[in-house]
Amino acid sequence: MQRIGVFVCWCGSNIAATVDVAKVVEAVRNEPGVCYAQDYQYMCSEAGQGLIKTAIKEHGLTGIVVCSCSPRMHEATFRKTAEAAGVNPYMVEIANIREHCSWIHKDKDEATEKAIILARAAIAKVNLNAPLQPGESAVVKRALVIGGGIAGLQSAIDIADAGYKVDIVEKSPTIGGKMAQLDKTFPTLDCAACILTPKMVEAAQHPNITLYTYSEVAEVKGFVGNFTVKIKKKARFVDETKCTGCAVCTEKCPSRKGLNEFNCGLNKRGAVYIPFAQAVPNVAVIDQTQCLHFKTGKCGICEKNCSAGAIKFDQQDEYLEEKYGAIVVATGFQITDVTKFDEFQYTKHPDVITSLELERIMNAAGPTKGTLLRMSNMEHPKDIVFIQCVGSRDNTARGKTYCSKICCMYTAKHAMLIREKYPDVNVHVFYIDVRTPGKNFDEFYRRAVEQYNVDYIKGMVGKVWENADGRLTVQASDLISNEQILLDTDMVVLAAAVEPSDGVKNIATMLTASIDTNNFLTEAHPKLRPVESPTAGVFLSGVCQGPKDIPETVSQAGAAAIKVVGLLAKDKLVTNPCTAGPDEMMCNGCSTCANVCPYGAIDYVDKEFRIPGGVEVRRVARVNGALCQGCGACTVACPSGAMDLKGFSNRQIMAEVDAICK
Amino acid sequence: MQKITGLAKKRILELLADGTVTKVLGWVPGDFCYDVTPAYFETAEEVEGMIYDSFCGANLSKYLINGCKTLEEGGKILVLLKPCDTYSFNQLLNEHRIDRDKIYVIGVGCKGMADIEKIKAQGVKGVTKIIDNGDTFEIKTIYGDKTVAKKDVLLEKCLSCKGKEHKAFDEVIDPEPETEQEIKDRFEKVKEVEAMTAEERYNFWSGELSKCIRCNACRNICPACSCMKCVFDNPRSGVASKANTDTFEEKMFHIIRAFHVAGRCTDCGECSRVCPQGIPLHLLNRKFIKDINEFYGDYQAGEEEGQRAPLVNFDFEDVEPSIVEEKGGN
Repeated sequence: MQRIGVFVCWCGSNIAATVDVAKVVEAVRNEPGVCYAQDYQYMCSEAGQGLIKTAIKEHGLTGIVVCSCSPRMHEATFRKTAEAAGVNPYMVEIANIREHCSWIHKDKDEATEKAIILARAAIAKVNLNAPLQPGESAVVKRALVIGGGIAGLQSAIDIADAGYKVDIVEKSPTIGGKMAQLDKTFPTLDCAACILTPKMVEAAQHPNITLYTYSEVAEVKGFVGNFTVKIKKKARFVDETKCTGCAVCTEKCPSRKGLNEFNCGLNKRGAVYIPFAQAVPNVAVIDQTQCLHFKTGKCGICEKNCSAGAIKFDQQDEYLEEKYGAIVVATGFQITDVTKFDEFQYTKHPDVITSLELERIMNAAGPTKGTLLRMSNMEHPKDIVFIQCVGSRDNTARGKTYCSKICCMYTAKHAMLIREKYPDVNVHVFYIDVRTPGKNFDEFYRRAVEQYNVDYIKGMVGKVWENADGRLTVQASDLISNEQILLDTDMVVLAAAVEPSDGVKNIATMLTASIDTNNFLTEAHPKLRPVESPTAGVFLSGVCQGPKDIPETVSQAGAAAIKVVGLLAKDKLVTNPCTAGPDEMMCNGCSTCANVCPYGAIDYVDKEFRIPGGVEVRRVARVNGALCQGCGACTVACPSGAMDLKGFSNRQIMAEVDAICK
Repeated sequence: MQKITGLAKKRILELLADGTVTKVLGWVPGDFCYDVTPAYFETAEEVEGMIYDSFCGANLSKYLINGCKTLEEGGKILVLLKPCDTYSFNQLLNEHRIDRDKIYVIGVGCKGMADIEKIKAQGVKGVTKIIDNGDTFEIKTIYGDKTVAKKDVLLEKCLSCKGKEHKAFDEVIDPEPETEQEIKDRFEKVKEVEAMTAEERYNFWSGELSKCIRCNACRNICPACSCMKCVFDNPRSGVASKANTDTFEEKMFHIIRAFHVAGRCTDCGECSRVCPQGIPLHLLNRKFIKDINEFYGDYQAGEEEGQRAPLVNFDFEDVEPSIVEEKGGN
């Protein structure tokens, strides 16, 4: 029989204002196994922990129930307290009477009743708890960064500078990401390429960094400190070790139909191409869907003209496997599909463009060599309309409910740059709100309005249509003067919502990292652990976690890096002792558990068992405790119920349920 | 059928004689001619007593579990399997419940098996002999002769036959030409039950399951129910009980059983065939099969050796948990 102490925390008024803590103490005092119960204002404080330690010594407690906040908050704290007083840390159970109770209830009687029930469930579980001993596992001193944009690069460089090996896996042929496509950056207006490309080179030349471009993560196995990742290197059809980046092939290629991804498809490129002049690695890649050699079996002009002999039409996708101690997800974003908002004529009129396309048009390396031109007739525009929040702050099914955060600032930047360079162009911005929190941000926006006379109109655009003369008319409402306006313009620029990259769902699934309803990766704690995923060993960097601008991304990337360094600096990790194990007398050896195990922790052995009248050899499951993460998938898949989880056994869970239903 | 029986016996005797196999698993007649029972044979004399006729509906696959366990060193079991039985056989192989190396499978051709209950339901009593004439049965009774059409008295599982192809075998004996058979949609009745209101459905199942006498025949015959220790026999499971003490328990038994065999049930129909109370237990399994097909793509458990079942496999195409809400549940 256990000797259980129950400690009910007030959490100041967080719990005590909604739950009658004294009543909880009284109610649990006579539960089976309970021999001590007490409440206190802040159980997690030094004094509160002291109370627990004293009670353990004075009453010879063998099990502890703390009725307090979520175990995610302080389970570790109270486990340490118990351990310091000589009780096995796994004899501690938390009844979450804050998040699960006081915070979500208003009625004190109801909340108190529920708190008592939650406490009873925890007591019922502790009655069946057994001391557990954690093991140790080694840490592989190498990190993987998924995504080679500014977030990934910064994380990788910081980890590499700390002395650890880092691999970057980037799905496109070059690193650089979205930032490489930008012209200038707010609020300082320095050129994106000038600050990014040196970082790209730094990453490529860093002795601790290995780049895998045009590659994808194909499979992830293992756990914190010991991930095994299969990386798919897509065939470039160009030998990376031989290609000098001379770009002769790209000039000679007769195919000119491929859309230039780097320029957002505003112009064409050859089937063999280098994404942009500063690409890293500066190596060509062949687009199999466009290449005449792959389509017709003829051509091969690039091969003939390559003096380095780098063209390899027979190159195949390659798979390589590497072990990592930590993984940083830096998969970034894409802009939402604006074809869903066709009232703005994006698919029908070439002068309706996205802001990212405008970046390319304004950029010296872009399709117009940096001259602001209408894509329809290559003429100079006289009026430009910017539409904000296309798909952001939109409660309809086609939009996103969140604010994309960067659009107000980059639109102010665009407006200002246009007015600076072309004072004859009238710039109108339709907005819901202008949001400019950030260092020097509001000053920047004020400058656009006051110094550059950008016409900001509060109101949303209803629709856009083409006139007889090929220009566009914008119908909108002006909420301040409360009138409908029709505005003729030459160009319309859509500030499309930012959304996580398409592939992130795949990656999150492989990493068993959780994502929210918008596919942004979730943090372990929104305030206190913002760069860690709830999955141990997986860290978040950049927009994959939520919309953010470049300075914020770089800060977060650095924060993720220090978390990785903190992990890799350890030689051993303490493993979770709550692992699964079969009752061999009930195990059928059917392999169902191994089939569902996401960690590959289960195998089978033929074992001898004594049965009446002899010995029987049976195939039974065997769990590798170092690999098992205690997810419990096997325990629910097992048809006979032979598989059980230490610390969360079926009996313990049923005891909790019974206590709740009593 | 008689032709197959003759050929099979001949082959069995050869294989026993040359030592390829040491034991044979087949069928023998019981007290009545339609009352066929699975049996082991080890000698030529015993094999003579073996039969294979239209009442050999019993699926022999599950007997191989114990057969493999108790087989003497170096022995091998010959088993006769009808096409639909081979699905259960594969499923047992996939779950490592039987050892393929210890088994020699003779696939025997099948034209559909008869259900004696359906014959009796046609007013036939006091049967002394049944003569199989292909499309009809000539039934001798103490009250005189009667003829029934075979298609009217087929077992439920045969009405929606999975096909005449054996999915596992060492050799096949199927000398008779294939005959046309109308195949019924096996989900017809499931759809009917699905279309009921919640209350109607509850009443339907309460009515059916209240007949249960908890004889465990469905569990004991089921090739998917092969656990070392069944949860209903395990006092630590929290659901163990030997009898239905209330209306909740009679439902619980069958619902838990349906969940336990979900994704593993080959729809062999043995549960309904052996139920002395005539409860359409196969409907529960077919509902699961139908849902699995709809959620994860068509899947037939036991169709091939080594296949990975959708419920223990992950695919990006899999339905999300929200399907429960979308289907109107909550």
